[in-house]
Amino acid sequence: MPDAAVVVVGLTKRFGGTTAVDALSFTVGAGEIFGLVGPDGAGKTTTMRMLTGVMTPTAGSAMVAGCDVVRDPEAVKHRISYMPQGFGLYEDLTVDENIRFYADVFGLGRAAREERAQRLLGASGLTRFRDRLAGQLSGGMKKKLGLSCALLHTPRVVFLDEPTTGVDPVSRRDFWRILYELVAEGVTVLVSTAYLDEAERCHRLALLHQGRLLLCDAPARLKAAMPGAVVQVGSPRPDAVRDALRGAPGVSSVLVAGDSVHLVVDDAERRMPELRARLHAVAVPFTDVAPVAPTIEDLFVASVRASSQGAR
Amino acid sequence: MNGSADPAVAVEHLVKRFGTFTAVDDVSFEARHGEIIGFLGPNGAGKSTIIRILCGLLRPTSGRVRIAGLDVTRQPEAVRARIGYMSQRFSLYDDLTAVENLVFFGGLYGVPGRELERRITWAVDMAGLAGREHELVGTLAGGWKQRLALGCAVLHRPPILFLDEPTSGVDPMSRRQFWDLIHHMAASGVTVFVSTHYMDEAEYCNRLALVDRGRLVAVGTPSELKRTTLAGTLLLVECEPLGAALAVLEAMPGVLEAAVFGDALHVLVPSAETALRELPDRLAARGVRCRRIVAIAPSLEDVFVHRVGAAGGGATA
Repeated sequence: MPDAAVVVVGLTKRFGGTTAVDALSFTVGAGEIFGLVGPDGAGKTTTMRMLTGVMTPTAGSAMVAGCDVVRDPEAVKHRISYMPQGFGLYEDLTVDENIRFYADVFGLGRAAREERAQRLLGASGLTRFRDRLAGQLSGGMKKKLGLSCALLHTPRVVFLDEPTTGVDPVSRRDFWRILYELVAEGVTVLVSTAYLDEAERCHRLALLHQGRLLLCDAPARLKAAMPGAVVQVGSPRPDAVRDALRGAPGVSSVLVAGDSVHLVVDDAERRMPELRARLHAVAVPFTDVAPVAPTIEDLFVASVRASSQGAR
Repeated sequence: MNGSADPAVAVEHLVKRFGTFTAVDDVSFEARHGEIIGFLGPNGAGKSTIIRILCGLLRPTSGRVRIAGLDVTRQPEAVRARIGYMSQRFSLYDDLTAVENLVFFGGLYGVPGRELERRITWAVDMAGLAGREHELVGTLAGGWKQRLALGCAVLHRPPILFLDEPTSGVDPMSRRQFWDLIHHMAASGVTVFVSTHYMDEAEYCNRLALVDRGRLVAVGTPSELKRTTLAGTLLLVECEPLGAALAVLEAMPGVLEAAVFGDALHVLVPSAETALRELPDRLAARGVRCRRIVAIAPSLEDVFVHRVGAAGGGATA
């Protein structure tokens, strides 16, 4: 990829006996929103720290915005921005004062600062709160102010570590809107999240588990490539459906979700009539049996299962 | 579902004011035995205040709450003996072993010795901790801690259980195991309240109550809410360039909402038929090339953003 913003090859980090990040390789194109997706402990934060030159890898290499972050971690810092979890906003300063502080840190002149601040705060819906203390903003607004501060110096690649943790869905949607506007201007975004449903919003994503790369592709392509299919059974008695269908031929996973049951099967067309017959036989009521699109969580679980079976 | 005629929880016209601020505004609902009810809402919507009142930790300004037939205001102690509570950070002692934590919480809930022994054996088994029960909790991975915290919260066999964002950030395998346990408890008659703003947790509940600025704005099963909340059809529009498409759609009469999702748009329209006929030409006229437009089922997040966002609560919440 000639216009790659990030190229990671064999990136590894060990802490004593534990391998936090295990031979990670992936490439991020310029102008992409790339997701590092996985549960707590998957290695997302460690990866971000290495890519931003904050932490030295045990092995492997990484090029970010044309800089070798392993050999020259200082050079990359002028071309990127990094918003760690718990980004350091000064709660006893106002929104405006925080902006001024970070503009000084980045060495921005007054005119440039004002022009950038107006745009960023406008996009974040924070313009009318410029005189409010940062400590008195809601969680979602704090995250948006943090992002505005991190973007003041017009970085080429932005690293955001779990920016939407603790943020409600309405603010989360606002936040993503800002990210889409950023990439439209050619900025590359690497964002981590522990919420697998949020992964759907990335252009491409790396699914991480225990420091390893499970899968890496666009969400739609990952879903299309999932082995097997997901079938949903609607029922007033989902627990009875679960008990009736667990262990049925071709069924690898049964999950009660509210007023329905999700099953992972090897072949939807073949198994759906069998599942209906099985429910009829034990007189468990159900409303419908239909295939549904797999979620990123379905993919994650299927992939972890497959890799642990492969290891045996 | 043990056939008991009384609801497990009955809330009538609940109001809580802090000074001039109304945190809970005339909330009424009932929960059946064995039901899993999710409380969804933005930060500051009033979820925690409602739960604190239900637990007898906070007195309501007015209204009536009965838990397991007991009036929360008059008999808060008796109510507390009948509820279990598991907080977001699973308040376990990291420097104690799993069993020591269980003994500690058993003492706190006043579980008698013989019974406590049986319950600890059950909890260790339920959490999958057999063989590791004498390891320090601090060394256990998230999924185990979470199941141990659940064990601690239900040692005294409470008929009502409160869970506060119980599985956020936990790996999907552990999360599925956890919800399996919760569904089994519910099947034995335990009523479960889940407070969260993560939609993937909400999907596991039998019924959901959407809370916004102290009010219940919608109540129903996840499928009911997805079917009935949006006044229209949600379309997935795959097209290029996205920015131009979004600008066209937001300005177009008949488009209720439009949002970017990865490399496509989610667009809410009153009529799919009209939109499918008109959208491609409208977009093409502005240089946008459509690859595909299809009607899709809304997610719980679509429902949430529509109900809460439309009320304007999200911008300042």
